[in-house]
Amino acid sequence: MPIRVAIVSPEKEVWSGDADMVVARTTDGDLGVLPGHVPLLGVLAPGGTVRVKTGSQEITAEVDGGFISVTRQGVSILAETATLSG
Amino acid sequence: MAGQLREYRRRIRSVQSTKKITKAMELIAASRIAKARARVAAARPYAEEITRVIEAVASQSNTPHPLTTGRPQATRVAIVVITSDRGLAGGYSSNALKRAGELTETLRAQGKDIELHVVGRKGVGYYRFRGRTINGEYTGFSEQPSYADAKSVADALISSFVAGGEDGGVDEIHLVHTEYVSALTQTAVANRLLPMVLDASAGKSSSTGPSSSGGLLPQYEFEPSAEAVLDALLPRYVESRLYAALLESAASESAARQRAMKSATDNAEDLARTYTRLANRARQDAITQEISEIVGGANALASAS
Repeated sequence: MPIRVAIVSPEKEVWSGDADMVVARTTDGDLGVLPGHVPLLGVLAPGGTVRVKTGSQEITAEVDGGFISVTRQGVSILAETATLSG
Repeated sequence: MAGQLREYRRRIRSVQSTKKITKAMELIAASRIAKARARVAAARPYAEEITRVIEAVASQSNTPHPLTTGRPQATRVAIVVITSDRGLAGGYSSNALKRAGELTETLRAQGKDIELHVVGRKGVGYYRFRGRTINGEYTGFSEQPSYADAKSVADALISSFVAGGEDGGVDEIHLVHTEYVSALTQTAVANRLLPMVLDASAGKSSSTGPSSSGGLLPQYEFEPSAEAVLDALLPRYVESRLYAALLESAASESAARQRAMKSATDNAEDLARTYTRLANRARQDAITQEISEIVGGANALASAS
């Protein structure tokens, strides 16, 4: 069962779609989110990357600070600046 | 007679060139409304998500935080007024300033000191003329604000809010901006930015527990802690609210300008029509007079011979 992921910056939604796994670096260390994760709210480390695995491919986004919010409905990455790379 | 005709022609030309300018401004404003509206829509997911997250955190965390609970004795408050950089936008800026004036009265009556933060050259000019102290002025982006602009306004406010009223900062932040209701209606509104005004329904669902609230606000785990998350959320929340207000105001400003320029263009058309009529009559009068002079002269010659 995939999870719904959205990477949003204040000016626009950078990416959204279904994914199998999300890996983000919080101020406490790397955090992997699989489907069915408990609701969580984390502060992202500045200058980190967020990796989103969807089936065959992997999307990487450079995010500078922000939050990761995990709910039953999905995962939202709220970043001040977010750019997709690779 | 001929002098009058020339005068009318000159006026027609001048009115027509004014009309070209107002028409161009009208069209530019119209295209900017659409652009600003699109950016308001693009900014919505982030703003909604951050508000939802804050409500969830606030309803769960029991530790009082200035972001949500406020300070018991508010002595100094900041008012942020968003106006335009340029004029020719009808009553846009003056409506916002009027609303800010009312808010100032209300807060003064409650015995609070006011700190002014003004966005837009029109507002800065207004307060400076009246000799008011302006604690922060931000100009040059009222028509097309970026997130960085919102951040520059928010930075000063946040540090001042964190310091608190007793240490030369502020305890509350109020925001006056212009809401875009429709292309025809824009209303100046005043809101309290901080401490947050929490949705009543959000508070209720937390008191009944997450199990009965239908999963609207899930029971979050925090990393590293609820307080750390709230501390990090505060600036982001202020920035995102300011950014939304700036965008909304930019759309309103363009709409107000479009309407003002449309009526100016219509007015120019009316004037040009009136002057054309007057010029035609002046020309006709000149011809009539010339004919009567010739006829008179011919008659005089005929009777003389």
